[in-house]
Amino acid sequence: MEREKVLDVKNLYAVFKIQKKEYEVLHDISFDVHRNETVCIVGESGCGKSVTTLCVMGLLPKNGRVISGSIEVDGTDLTKLSANEVRKFRGKKMGMIFQEPMTALNPLLTIGYQLRENLMLHRLVDKKTADKMAVEYLTKVGIANPESRLKQYPFQLSGGLRQRVLIAMVLSAQPDLLIADEPTTALDVTIQKQVLSLLNGLKKDMNAGIMFITHDLGVVAEIADKVVVLYAGRKVEEGSAQQVFNDPRHPYTVGLMKAVPNVDKDEFVIEPIPGMFPNITEEIPGCRFNPRCAYTKQCPLCTKEAPEMLEVEPGHFVACHLVKENAQ
Amino acid sequence: MKRESWIRTAFQKLFRNKLATVCFVILIIEFILIIFADKFAPIDPNLTNVADRLRPGFWDKMNPKYMPEHWLGTDELGRDVWSRLLHGGQVSLAVGFIATFIGLVFGTFFGLLAGYYKRLDNIIMRFMDVLFTFPGVLLALLIVAMLGVSTRNATIAISIWAIPSFARMIRGRVLQIKQEEYITAIQSLGATNFWIIAKHILINAMPTIIVIATMRIAGSILSIATLSFLGVGVPVPQAEWGGMISSAKTQMYKAPNLIIVPGIAIIITVICFNILGDKLRDILDPNLKD
Repeated sequence: MEREKVLDVKNLYAVFKIQKKEYEVLHDISFDVHRNETVCIVGESGCGKSVTTLCVMGLLPKNGRVISGSIEVDGTDLTKLSANEVRKFRGKKMGMIFQEPMTALNPLLTIGYQLRENLMLHRLVDKKTADKMAVEYLTKVGIANPESRLKQYPFQLSGGLRQRVLIAMVLSAQPDLLIADEPTTALDVTIQKQVLSLLNGLKKDMNAGIMFITHDLGVVAEIADKVVVLYAGRKVEEGSAQQVFNDPRHPYTVGLMKAVPNVDKDEFVIEPIPGMFPNITEEIPGCRFNPRCAYTKQCPLCTKEAPEMLEVEPGHFVACHLVKENAQ
Repeated sequence: MKRESWIRTAFQKLFRNKLATVCFVILIIEFILIIFADKFAPIDPNLTNVADRLRPGFWDKMNPKYMPEHWLGTDELGRDVWSRLLHGGQVSLAVGFIATFIGLVFGTFFGLLAGYYKRLDNIIMRFMDVLFTFPGVLLALLIVAMLGVSTRNATIAISIWAIPSFARMIRGRVLQIKQEEYITAIQSLGATNFWIIAKHILINAMPTIIVIATMRIAGSILSIATLSFLGVGVPVPQAEWGGMISSAKTQMYKAPNLIIVPGIAIIITVICFNILGDKLRDILDPNLKD
């Protein structure tokens, strides 16, 4: 079944200017999100996950810039639009859920006001209808007695409730694409579980695509249809959740899986990936993972040439010289 | 849970502080006296009476020259000091509030723009720096000299004088607020820049604005008194605190009370506003919260 694409990122390159020098933060990133699909973008801090979301939202900080590639949301290339046109896409077509629910709501305005404002902007309804709809959306995200919540200020709500309010706000604009930047990191595990199942349910209800940023592989396992693994601004592996989890090919992905504590096994060992994550200013020739990769010595190409994406099985792509060699 | 607005919480906290409460009450009494000056001081403030010149006030009741209807005495032209004090206060307070308000509106406008748009920042703030380089009184004198002496022009001068300090403080606050995640969150929901500035940033800058405004009112009252004292503020014979002190200079040794009485009025008003502003800052400034 071919579903409609809501987000199609192709060959995205982005740079950050630091002290008058430009450093590449995203290198040839491509992936797509279909309706009713959750794509998880996984990687360590600094690998470019958040920058990717900011590129899509058009909210890169002033010193960042997309140099080439295209970001198509519902068939429109955002990189070709003016800032004001991109603004019209935000909220309406794509909504973003933030990592820190504690700081993502204006502390001096009531929940009701903030919801209403958003509804009036995107759904063009009057105040009364907006209030009614706000109650509906709060109910939808599982908030008990929404009427009284509307009159409260953010500080009167717990983290989980605030995240729900934020989700309600994003949903109320009926976006086709939901971007969630580690929405569960700041929540405790039980609330995390609730929020994840809420997102999963809403995805089906709204027939929206979700781009989910996380470094928590447990969350990935729970929610992802497709997984994109980033390392130092490059895509190293992409595939369906089953493919990536059951049969990780890239040494980095394999390392990530090993670094997750497994409570089911008797030996409780975490195997870390050796070495340090490279700094943005560091230049690494060849595969960016080669200084930390166990197989670099066996393969002379790793330090010389950047590996190309290779389809190892339908829908499962890996960028690694070793995998390529083994396949041949 | 009961709905609580931050303004109400702020007032509750304010009244928990004794000094702030005292200042607040003093100012309220002063406002009532001054606003209803015609009731509390029915004598015409500009009525001269050479026969009753330089009458002493209530502190010298034994003096045969004391007249109970002039309980604060009379000045060198026989005008009732109490009446001039209240009616003069009308001018002082009006100028203080109006000038602060005008300065606040423009200062906030420039401050918001400079803080939010990096491109405008340098242009606006360098212009504010130019205004800042003039010593306040000198700038006001310059403006009055250009526009001519009148109460309105003095108000304009004091307003312009107030703009840069507002702009600078608010710009600083905006730079801080801009970094907050809720601003990014609102952006991500598709809000326009105008709406973000006009609603979300402004409301978060409000505590700062209230505090500076309170402090600034004191400054403006002092400024109009200074200008009147120098003879470029409120034109005679209109009563005004600074002007009262100025005209009493000649009688300084014969009747020092003519300087002391309006002087005390200025001091009380200014100190009360400053203390109130200071306490408000403690209450409203999120950076100083315990």
